[in-house]
Amino acid sequence: MPPATPAVYSERLEHRRRFGVVMASLFFLATLLSLLVLVTLIVDVVVTGWSWLDADFLTSYPSRFAERAGIKSALVGSLWMIGLTALVAVPIGVASALYLEEYAARGWFFRLVQVNIANLAGVPSILYGMLGLALFVRFAGMGRSLLAGAFTMALLILPVIIISTQEALRALPQGLRESAFALGATRWQVIRSHLLPMAAPGILTGVILSLSRAIGETAPLIMIGALTFVAFLPQSVMDTFTVLPIQIFNWTARPQAEFHELAAAAIIVLLVLLMGMNLSAILLRNYFEKYRAQ
Amino acid sequence: MTDRLHPSAVLAPAPDAVPEAAPAKMAVRDLDFWYGPKQVLKSISMEIQPNKVTAFIGPSGCGKSTLLRCLNRMNELIPEAHLEGEVLLDGQDIYGDADPVMVRRRIGMVFQKPNPFPKTIYQNVIWGAGVNGFKGDKDALVEKSLRQAALWDEVKDRLQENAYSLSGGQQQRLCIARTLAVEPDVVLMDEPASALDPIATAKLEETIIELKKRYTLIVVTHNMQQAARISDTTAFFYIGELIEMSQTDEMFTRPHHQRTEDYITGRFG
Repeated sequence: MPPATPAVYSERLEHRRRFGVVMASLFFLATLLSLLVLVTLIVDVVVTGWSWLDADFLTSYPSRFAERAGIKSALVGSLWMIGLTALVAVPIGVASALYLEEYAARGWFFRLVQVNIANLAGVPSILYGMLGLALFVRFAGMGRSLLAGAFTMALLILPVIIISTQEALRALPQGLRESAFALGATRWQVIRSHLLPMAAPGILTGVILSLSRAIGETAPLIMIGALTFVAFLPQSVMDTFTVLPIQIFNWTARPQAEFHELAAAAIIVLLVLLMGMNLSAILLRNYFEKYRAQ
Repeated sequence: MTDRLHPSAVLAPAPDAVPEAAPAKMAVRDLDFWYGPKQVLKSISMEIQPNKVTAFIGPSGCGKSTLLRCLNRMNELIPEAHLEGEVLLDGQDIYGDADPVMVRRRIGMVFQKPNPFPKTIYQNVIWGAGVNGFKGDKDALVEKSLRQAALWDEVKDRLQENAYSLSGGQQQRLCIARTLAVEPDVVLMDEPASALDPIATAKLEETIIELKKRYTLIVVTHNMQQAARISDTTAFFYIGELIEMSQTDEMFTRPHHQRTEDYITGRFG
């Protein structure tokens, strides 16, 4: 038997236990609610669009006849867009993060840049569209091209790539840097041989998650004038283009029910693409972590 | 820290120089060091004899590790660090115009916690030599370095295994081999045995004594028995000052200062 509680305590054990159960139930309900909304959405989309989903849908160009319409140009446009965006954003983002974490002196300039990058990550995407329209489409004369779109998207995801790369670098043990420096290595040699390989899983995760955000963005591309009806594939980065979210937006805006079902089918394709990217982020991270732990 | 010591007693006169044997390998002249506004080292002057083991002892926070890290410019990696005074290697200032990369190759460092690179044993040893442009026989250098660190016999058949497959003591000796592979003049060790068990510690101490034939060693240690066992010269620090520096056997039998005696007899620290 444990010693009796002194009289100055009012234990109310039963009450405390009940209150704990109530709180746990509330938290569970909150989780259930968000899950329910998501499941409803996915079920609705799948039920509506499933019957339209076949090989023809993936390999046909859009058409004003619903039976003949497909997402070929939008799917290919999205893949182009993601590839180009990654090519522009990843080197610039990683290089900026390396400068800020490994080179820059910790002064007012560093803090100013840091605060601004954090703020940029929260700027509405339509503003990036306006910037892209002024800077790339008009000023740089790229027109409504894939390239202008990719540069705009790169601007949009740069802050996230920089921040996640910085976090990956910051998580590395200081002893790793010190022991490499103590052998007479230059800063770049330390980065190249140790910091980049060790931070790779974190950097990759940030890159893929930010790219999967870019693949779902519509507003900035509509702003810079991506077309809603494209019946050809881009031959070069200077061609006009469309992407999946714009195609979906276009179809849902039509009055006919068939086109709404087509939109649902396109959403399924977009979701599969997103899930594939997130899955590859997880797999890549696991692969690199295993390689590192050997 | 103890408050039995009167603050004014800390401002003791500079210690007598160690008896001159050969020209000093390293020398520290009037070194002051700050982390931000906090002064961590106060006008330290000392000479380090070649091919000897010098031990730095003193209670936590006395500045012994900070001084060690001033000797190969590791403190520069910390923002807000500030240093005044001179540190000489073979009579040449390692600050000023000297290239920190060159300084750190000539003055190697082994850390408190074994921290091999997450690479193979072979790559761990050869990496430092590689970044410094080593063009000779890599296999021979790896073997020589591992032999000097008394690790060769244990790892010669598993050089391509990851360094993390080694025990803590083996990892620490791998870190020593890695440091020796760039052929430094001086090897600094920051409490190298504090993460090791007694058997691994004994082996490490043997290695240290063996190494002084070829290198000049400076070892920071919390363990006074260890300082007595391995070192030729001992320096005692207290709150950022060098209180006393003399031959180890003299320091441990006839300390000149009351505070040194109190510390080495275990009355504080």
